[in-house]
Amino acid sequence: MLIQFIVFYVFAAVVVGSAFMVIAARNPVHSVLFLILSFFNAAGLFVLAGAEFLAMTLVIVYVGAVAVLFLFVVMMLDINFVRLRQGFMQYLPLGAMLGAILLVELLLVVGAFVVSPEVDTLAAPMPPVEQQSNTHALGQLLYTRYMYLFQASGMILLVAMIGAIVLTFRVRTGVRRQSIRAQVARTRADAVELKKVVSGAGISGSL
Amino acid sequence: MAEFWDGYALPGLWIAAKIGALLIPLLLSVAYLTWFERKVMAAMQLRMGPNVVGPWGLWQPFADALKMVVKETIIPTKANPGLFLLAPMLTFMLALIAWAVMPVGDGLVISNVNVGVLYLFAISSLGVYGIVIAGWASNSRYAFLGALRSAAQMVSYEVSMGFVIICVLLCVGSLNLSDIVRAQETVWFVFPLLPMAVVFFISTLAETNRHPFDLPEAESELVAGHLVEYSAMTFGLFFLGEYANMILMSGMTTILFLGGWLPPIDIAPLNWIPGPIWFVLKISALLFVFVWVRATFPRYRYDQLMRLGWKVFLPLSLFWVVLTAGVLVAFGWAPGAEG
Repeated sequence: MLIQFIVFYVFAAVVVGSAFMVIAARNPVHSVLFLILSFFNAAGLFVLAGAEFLAMTLVIVYVGAVAVLFLFVVMMLDINFVRLRQGFMQYLPLGAMLGAILLVELLLVVGAFVVSPEVDTLAAPMPPVEQQSNTHALGQLLYTRYMYLFQASGMILLVAMIGAIVLTFRVRTGVRRQSIRAQVARTRADAVELKKVVSGAGISGSL
Repeated sequence: MAEFWDGYALPGLWIAAKIGALLIPLLLSVAYLTWFERKVMAAMQLRMGPNVVGPWGLWQPFADALKMVVKETIIPTKANPGLFLLAPMLTFMLALIAWAVMPVGDGLVISNVNVGVLYLFAISSLGVYGIVIAGWASNSRYAFLGALRSAAQMVSYEVSMGFVIICVLLCVGSLNLSDIVRAQETVWFVFPLLPMAVVFFISTLAETNRHPFDLPEAESELVAGHLVEYSAMTFGLFFLGEYANMILMSGMTTILFLGGWLPPIDIAPLNWIPGPIWFVLKISALLFVFVWVRATFPRYRYDQLMRLGWKVFLPLSLFWVVLTAGVLVAFGWAPGAEG
């Protein structure tokens, strides 16, 4: 058990430390890299808790896809660090106020939070870990009990995706596109013409 | 003390021994894959290939390694030194840690985790970070363009790879790599899922940035992309990481489609050969195809690469997921359908 404790505290400390560095780092690229480190260690915490499916999904979805695109955008920003510092004092009161409101709200929510007394009857029965891996257990719950919620979240993502495509889609005229079909359908007869050229006569007339 | 010895030290040593037993042959294979590639390409182009250092040029990988170690590592003045050095290490490390879940034989695996195939998928999707960080930290235009290309390319091809893996998982009913291999005892998945096997193999070419998808380091337009500023062993780690990734991806294809350590048919002379040898033979055959493709095809243009990923592979693999699921349910072949 000792090693598990040590590993837990290492993961937890790195998560908190790197999450702090996300907002403290001056360079936005470093911020994103710290964010990735924090995702990674969160995945480690999931593994320690025995939720290996969630851990792998966290790495695949957040680190493997979301953060890559995030990094992709942030890397292309051209940031002037001097200008970034300039308005700091001016925006400090507003920022501090927003932060304080958020903190108060969070405290209120957390303070009023109680676990429902009939949680045992509401929650779906958990199969014992020895009989079923947590991948099976999650799938069984998602596709039976929470089917509608699961489908609804999928729909929301689909709508968001279509929305993003519609917003950025524009029809440009005058663009010469490659037509793969026309290219593949070309035969030797369309493309090549063999000419027997009489010496000195040239091929005028055919071109 | 006895508890410490039995509880931590001995298992730790045992795991270290297993890692060593896997990594030393793996690193040797990486070294000799470079030799293999040069020899095979030379044969395809009617050349000799490396033939000076040792018999048939067999010591060439060690000569190259020595050369890379003794050269000077140059860090550009305007580069970000920490990230610049982190990138090659990350690339090489990710190519090696994926082997932790790879079953080389029946029960011969360092860590037999339940979600092995997801772990492999996760690690292979992280490979892009080495290149992206290298491109950004080099502070060079060419390197940066290479990094951008790599990021877009790898994210695109991961999507169809994910769907191909789902097809296999539907037929197996487990995420464990050893279970996936055992499910292929009657027939290798390459036969019922042939189109998906082809899509997967082409996607692995794109994931490893190999020809004909080596746009991140296209030497004729981007000099060498993310590798421009790297020298000596930092370059060496990228180079070895690329080859280790090729072996890893071939291993993944072998496990998902070619029946891992299983012999082609379970009859007398074939099943005398131990499983790991079959595994290595299958990986070698796939690596030969990697080299063959490199010697044969011209590089894709970038818009063609994106078109292939999003407009051809993605609809095809999505359709095949639906088809596989439909067939399995309709005929009652779905694993665990009763339970």
